[in-house]
Amino acid sequence: MSSDATDRVAKPLASLALVNAAGWGKGFSILTRITVMAFRHPWQSSFAIGATLVASTFQLMIPRLLGQAVDHTQVALTGGNAGQMAQDALLTTALLLLGASVLRGIFTLIQNYYSEAVGHHMGYRLRLACYEKIQRLSFSFHDSMHSGDLITVGLLDLEGVRMYFSTALVRMVLLTMLIGIGAYMLISTDVVLGLLALSFVPFVGWRSSVTQLRLRATWLDLQERLSVLTRVMEENLGGIRVVRAFAAQEHEMDKFEVASQSAVTLAHQRVGIRVANTSAMTLSFFAAMGLVLWVGGTKVMAGQMTVGTLTSFLTFMTILQMPVRQLGLMVNAFARASTCGARLFELLDLDIAIKDGKNASELKVTDGTLRFENVNFAYPSAAKNQVLTGVTFEAKRGETIGIVGPPGSGKSTLAHLIPRFYDVSGGRITIDGQDIRTATLQSLRRSVGVVQQDSFLFTTTIENNIAYGDPWAKEARIERASESAQLHNYVLGLPTGYETVVGERGVSLSGGQRQRLSIARALMLRPAVMVFDDSTAAIDAGTEQRIRSAMRKYAAERVTLIVAHRLSSLMHADRILFMEDGRIVESGTHEELLALGGRYKALYDLQVRPGDDILSA
Amino acid sequence: MAEELETERADVREDGRRPPRAVVGSHRIEEEIFGKVFDSNIIKRIWTFVEPYRTKIYWAVAAVLSFTAMQLLIPLIIRYAIDHGMQQGSADWHVLTWSIVVFLVAIIINFGASYLQEMLVGGVAEDVLFDIRKAMFSHLQRVSLSWMDKTEVGRLMSRLQGDVNSMQEFLETSVLSVGDIALLFGIVFVMLYLDFKLGLLTLCALPVLFVVRLFWLPRARKSFMAAHETNSIANGALAEAIHGVRAVQSMDRERVNFMLYDDKAHANLRTHLTAAKYAQVMVPIVDSLTGLAMALVIVVGGSRVLNQALDVGVMVAFLFYIQRFFDPIRSLTLQYSVMQRAMASGQRLTEVLDVPVDIQDAPNAKVLSPDMDGSVEFKDVVFGYNPKHPVLKHVSFKVNPGETVALVGPTGSGKSSCMSLIHRFYEVQGGQVLVGGHDVRDLTQDSLGRQIAMVLQEPFLFTGTVFDNIRYHKTDATREEVIEAAKTVGAHDFIMRMPGGYDGILGQRGGNLSLGQRQLISFARALVADAKILVLDEATANIDSYTEMLIQKALVKLLEGRTGLVIAHRLATIREADRIIVLQNGELIESGNHTELMRNRKLYSKLYNLNYASFDDIPEDVLDEAVTTGQAT
Repeated sequence: MSSDATDRVAKPLASLALVNAAGWGKGFSILTRITVMAFRHPWQSSFAIGATLVASTFQLMIPRLLGQAVDHTQVALTGGNAGQMAQDALLTTALLLLGASVLRGIFTLIQNYYSEAVGHHMGYRLRLACYEKIQRLSFSFHDSMHSGDLITVGLLDLEGVRMYFSTALVRMVLLTMLIGIGAYMLISTDVVLGLLALSFVPFVGWRSSVTQLRLRATWLDLQERLSVLTRVMEENLGGIRVVRAFAAQEHEMDKFEVASQSAVTLAHQRVGIRVANTSAMTLSFFAAMGLVLWVGGTKVMAGQMTVGTLTSFLTFMTILQMPVRQLGLMVNAFARASTCGARLFELLDLDIAIKDGKNASELKVTDGTLRFENVNFAYPSAAKNQVLTGVTFEAKRGETIGIVGPPGSGKSTLAHLIPRFYDVSGGRITIDGQDIRTATLQSLRRSVGVVQQDSFLFTTTIENNIAYGDPWAKEARIERASESAQLHNYVLGLPTGYETVVGERGVSLSGGQRQRLSIARALMLRPAVMVFDDSTAAIDAGTEQRIRSAMRKYAAERVTLIVAHRLSSLMHADRILFMEDGRIVESGTHEELLALGGRYKALYDLQVRPGDDILSA
Repeated sequence: MAEELETERADVREDGRRPPRAVVGSHRIEEEIFGKVFDSNIIKRIWTFVEPYRTKIYWAVAAVLSFTAMQLLIPLIIRYAIDHGMQQGSADWHVLTWSIVVFLVAIIINFGASYLQEMLVGGVAEDVLFDIRKAMFSHLQRVSLSWMDKTEVGRLMSRLQGDVNSMQEFLETSVLSVGDIALLFGIVFVMLYLDFKLGLLTLCALPVLFVVRLFWLPRARKSFMAAHETNSIANGALAEAIHGVRAVQSMDRERVNFMLYDDKAHANLRTHLTAAKYAQVMVPIVDSLTGLAMALVIVVGGSRVLNQALDVGVMVAFLFYIQRFFDPIRSLTLQYSVMQRAMASGQRLTEVLDVPVDIQDAPNAKVLSPDMDGSVEFKDVVFGYNPKHPVLKHVSFKVNPGETVALVGPTGSGKSSCMSLIHRFYEVQGGQVLVGGHDVRDLTQDSLGRQIAMVLQEPFLFTGTVFDNIRYHKTDATREEVIEAAKTVGAHDFIMRMPGGYDGILGQRGGNLSLGQRQLISFARALVADAKILVLDEATANIDSYTEMLIQKALVKLLEGRTGLVIAHRLATIREADRIIVLQNGELIESGNHTELMRNRKLYSKLYNLNYASFDDIPEDVLDEAVTTGQAT
């Protein structure tokens, strides 16, 4: 196990390359690519296919042997003396039959096990590739992609590709063997009867393929409708106070009824499609059997055929029935793999917009000076809409810069450019003279700490959340960070303290507590540049004050950027930049800006006790 | 030292050790999957949902039985044709023709029965599924908010989906397993009937399979569950990576996470391979037993045919039956797990369905007329979520028609409870709440709701267009009314800037709007509702100053000509109010307008003089001090 673990020790990019290598040539269809991936497990896939060939051969022997056995019993009736010989023959046939059955079982086991194993190994690699890709894709990609869709690709589409080998490829081999060789054997024994026995195959195969494809299409539709229903229920329960407040239960029941009805109608239709198909398939199978019985029976009576041969025809049909019905499933598996594969590979083939440059080197932080030089920026999704224009400023170690401005003025965007969540469209950002695009992402992001406005907490203990960026951290350091963020006392008040699980499935924290936790998390990183992106909005002013004083010693060692709309959060900054429409329109200390009497002053008047003058009068 | 720490901050050490504090994904505490196999109470409850369809169920069972009968009959027909029609020398056309005719009839019955059975069972299962879901959903619309408060939405959703689905699965398979049981007994019976000794010999294979499966099942199930669990763990980790990608990237955790995910994905691979082994190991066993049974029939039966002690047709029929023999056993053992799962789900479903509905319309409840005066009065109200710890203690006040009253007080003083009581979200334990002069308990909840518009602190928007959200309370509002309302509250401009304008789709919970914007939309919604009474809980979270200004203006418009009860946090709002009611620890300690209260020099003036723009900005310790000194005076 341990050697296994080290063997696997993460070569993330290598596993990505493995999957990508299967994608040579865009011209090759997706199915080829999946097939090639499957054969990257050469032993297992050969075992699976080899075993399929053997197992189906043994299966084909069984009706023959049964027929022979029946014929042996008939011999005695004609030749009186052959009794002992017939007995021996019966015994031999029985043993052969037993042997064939046992071997068929064993080889079917090998076939099924290895074809599943190939699928699971493929699934494992694909999962890793998917995970890695998703982790690495830049913010602009995640902005444009609904997380639910991404989960669908990573779970369902991956499943569709994973199942391809066993449900499509191996099944195809099996069916080809059974139907192909079976047909040959039947027809070579008796052309007419053989054709009759096989007459149900094309009909059933066609019906089941058509039906499965229709079921698949309606299944997707049904999922769509069910997700509407889910949304209706979820919003109702989440917003139950609004519903009750507006006495809207009836309206909500109507919404539920409509969504539910649309799903149930389709569900009924699907039952109809499925049932019509299975019963028609069964009927056609038995009809063919009836024909064989009739024609075969006639032949037996005419002495043209033995009862044993007739028996083997009938058994053969029973054996063939299941695989033929599965033709539809196989067709469906091919269809599923190709659509799922298309989506999955689209994700895996995506270019990562923000990655290390060719000669990227470690960022060397010496003085810790951050500079914006004439920075322009527009989001890749809306290139025409310039968000930042000509932003230039410099911040030295120990300085605190406040950034304020109306909503949409580009404050947060500016903050997101420093750790290269997005790349500038013009100008450059440097840290100690090095363009951040020439530094490795790893070294850059370790030098820049960002506290997000709405920070994501992971479902794990408070301790692990704080140490997220430094999972080797010692307890003492975690507690110190938590103290500085004014979180420590709250945590100690919890029954399980730092071991308390928070996040989506844990104890839910208030907005202010979440923000304090994410501040502590960022403090653990000891970055050269620390950015607070409107990250104290939900913290009351008093606590914020205390965080600020605790932060003083941190701030002395680094550049601190505070983006906020509450002036009290940034009044104390060494310099305040007032932004409007992506430009810095005013800049200076609090006092300077007040004296300037511009926009900052106007905002100040608006925020600090509006109308106070009336009262004091 | 610090240097060294920086360089290996997040990576995995050479020896493959994982960082002690790093995890990806979370381990969900799974709910009990399997319950008792049979619980008559739960069966009874489920039956109440099936009962309306019982005629269909009876037909389905009849169809299943006739389907099974035909399955049993077909080998017998073949046997008859062989033994009585095809024996050389005694060939009988008559018998063959008859056999074919009977065969035809059998397969047509078979066709009809299978169609009927699957159609009915599938259809009823879907219907029952939706009925149960509907019953639960509509029940949830009526259960008390105090119950809803302490129940997670996620949990309820898994009742409404997972548990209801496993009931559906149970229904479908239970009718079919009637057929399985019938087929199993049918085959045993027919075999023994055709030839007792040979039958007995062949059936020896059955108990062997039973015993093997008995040993196999618990182990196999454990491995299946392990596979299922590792799967959901790995999937959970993937979902986490997707949701938390920004945090992951900004803290440079990609490498560590990849490694940890690899551990999970690999565990998933291993458990699935084990599960595959368990799943497949039955195949050779069943095949060998089938082979053994057939070999026995051939040797023993065959030699008896040779001695003319047995008809060859009987032997053929045996061979056919043996091939069908093991199917019912396989599906019956699977049905066992389905049953257990269904019982566990059924248990949870009945728990939800049995939550009592505390608040109901009184038998002779009156309809609150829209012409009522719009007054609100609390008379000596006592209330607590837990009756032992009252949140409101003998609170009395009256809000006159058209008046705006601000409720003020520290967290936990009972402001929100007052608001909920006006709407009768909860029942008072003492005293009464009057709206328009009527005790709220004498009014229909529906008519009460129509006269009270409520704006919550966390505005909740539904997925759908802006237009539909604004007219949520009044679904027949015209476009003009909606736009008019939006203009009045100052939401029109940003709505027009949204892609699609009024027809633009709001994301989940209005995610694409800022808090302030959502609040404005909920103002517009309240305005369209045009109720006599407006109850409003001001947003506490920081809203940017521009939107804030819009909200203040809108509030004035919203309160025009209405009775207003505002849980106020911002001084600007409080000062505008006609009257201020100060609550502390569930007691009304002062009331009056701003000037009066300032002169009073009690809690209000203390809080006010602390000079915070909003009462929520006051740090806890300062507040505590003010409250205690306020009490002292």
